[in-house]
Amino acid sequence: MTGKPSAPTSTQSRRRFLGNIARAAGGACAFGLVVGIFGRQAQSLPAQVLRPPGAGNENDFLAACVRCGLCVRDCPYPTLSLADVAGDIPVGTPYFIARNVPCEMCDDIPCVKACPTNALDSKLTNIDDARMGLAVLIDNETCLNMQGLRCDVCHRVCPLINEAITLEMQHNTRTGAHAIFVPTVHSDKCTGCGKCERACVLDKAAIRVLPRYLAKGSIGEHYRLGWIEKELKGESLVPAVQDMPDRLPFGSTIAPRGPK
Amino acid sequence: MKNNKFPGQDAIASKGWLVAHKWLLLRRASQFFILALFLIGPLTGVWIVKGNLTSSLTLGVLPLSDPFVILQSLSAGHVVAATGLIGAAIVIVFYMLVGGRVYCSFVCPMNLVTDASRWLAKKFDLPKGWQPSRHARLWALGTVMITAMVTGVMAWEMLNPVTMLHRALVYGTSTVWTVALAVFIFDLVVSRRGWCGHLCPMGAFYGLLGRASVLRISAIKRKDCNDCMDCFEVCPEAHVITPALRGADTGTGPVVVSGDCTNCGRCIDVCAKDVFIFTTRFKNEAPEKNEQITDKKPTPQRAA
Repeated sequence: MTGKPSAPTSTQSRRRFLGNIARAAGGACAFGLVVGIFGRQAQSLPAQVLRPPGAGNENDFLAACVRCGLCVRDCPYPTLSLADVAGDIPVGTPYFIARNVPCEMCDDIPCVKACPTNALDSKLTNIDDARMGLAVLIDNETCLNMQGLRCDVCHRVCPLINEAITLEMQHNTRTGAHAIFVPTVHSDKCTGCGKCERACVLDKAAIRVLPRYLAKGSIGEHYRLGWIEKELKGESLVPAVQDMPDRLPFGSTIAPRGPK
Repeated sequence: MKNNKFPGQDAIASKGWLVAHKWLLLRRASQFFILALFLIGPLTGVWIVKGNLTSSLTLGVLPLSDPFVILQSLSAGHVVAATGLIGAAIVIVFYMLVGGRVYCSFVCPMNLVTDASRWLAKKFDLPKGWQPSRHARLWALGTVMITAMVTGVMAWEMLNPVTMLHRALVYGTSTVWTVALAVFIFDLVVSRRGWCGHLCPMGAFYGLLGRASVLRISAIKRKDCNDCMDCFEVCPEAHVITPALRGADTGTGPVVVSGDCTNCGRCIDVCAKDVFIFTTRFKNEAPEKNEQITDKKPTPQRAA
């Protein structure tokens, strides 16, 4: 596809032709590396930056989003905006920051409907299934509820109150006589809309929505919790506790007690 | 020798200023009209066109998508939804009719920036500077697609000044001028017509679409040419003129067939002899015998 000089008749013109090819290919490689490095860098999104509902993982999203802003236009709230040229969010991509304006979780999900490329997955039809992030009570030391006060604001603003955030009662050891109502997020329900973070009454929110990959731990594949396995099987996995003989010095033993 | 710094003086003298700027004015009108279509919504709340040039929805029914960006998305491994594909298909068909690089000359907002840069460079007689091969943009285009494939993301869209500029204009971000200024300075001091004429992979993509396009410029009355060189001087892709204008003695038809031609129509404007017209690629008969030029004209110098 590069220059087609009239059929190389001499070594000289062939050499020039090959030289041109090499130069063009070299330039293309350098250009490609720069572009590629930019592409890789842009995949690390700041933790407080959230994507609209229906966005897959960041890598897939950056392959799919053409940055047209149709989701921004159809968002009825000032939630979504497109990233500016200078900044640490990939330029032109839609995002929101929960502490500023959270997602209002519209029933008809207009942002997803507006997306022409499926960067926001059209299979998302129930906004409760959205997973934009995961709320985390990130600072026990400042959360008012954790001091034994009844703030409860994050719990009360949660669109999935008593499902995504519950208040779990604990003993207040400071007073010895009262309860602490711990705001507890349940990852199987939390959509990451960010209303709790927005509403947190502290100067800096104690509860924050993080990308799910940051917020969620993962139990080892091999790990089994005995009581859950027991429930699944309907009975204990081992027949009974086996009482082995206790060996003592000088060859004597204490016989197992055997079943009572 | 006459001053060719600002070509078209002969045409202005013979046709009047307005006629000698007809296509330029139409082109500017088109550029601002399209920009206005996108801006009316955000400014007045009356939505005719939503989105931006990469993907838009007109009057709530007509989806249009930039096939260059959609192709990047496909290269990056994303299965683009039907709306995006249909939008891209409509755009492809349109530009295959009117000429691929009509996008560059009549739609792209960056053209305003690079034309301004070009005007200023001429005014101050700045040197041409670095002139990479015309094929550089094809290499750039290939690299953009391969990079998308390798990284799995639309890496070029992190840098693409064209989409960035239009998005910044439509969504009103404060740093819009940075992208425009970067390209303006590059064209002004580093490489004359460097961005639109040599490097832009988007232009390369639309140029490829334009290879088969129907609407074309034709040097239909090339026998009237008086070698004033104004068309070469004003043309953003001057190499496309030569075969059409000077092809009589080699049996080449008068139609400008190169996909690089932006169909901007400036050659029609500046020609005092009305050599050029808009026509279709099918009206490209080889010149008749009596049309043959007997006294061979000097090969024109390539203008930038």
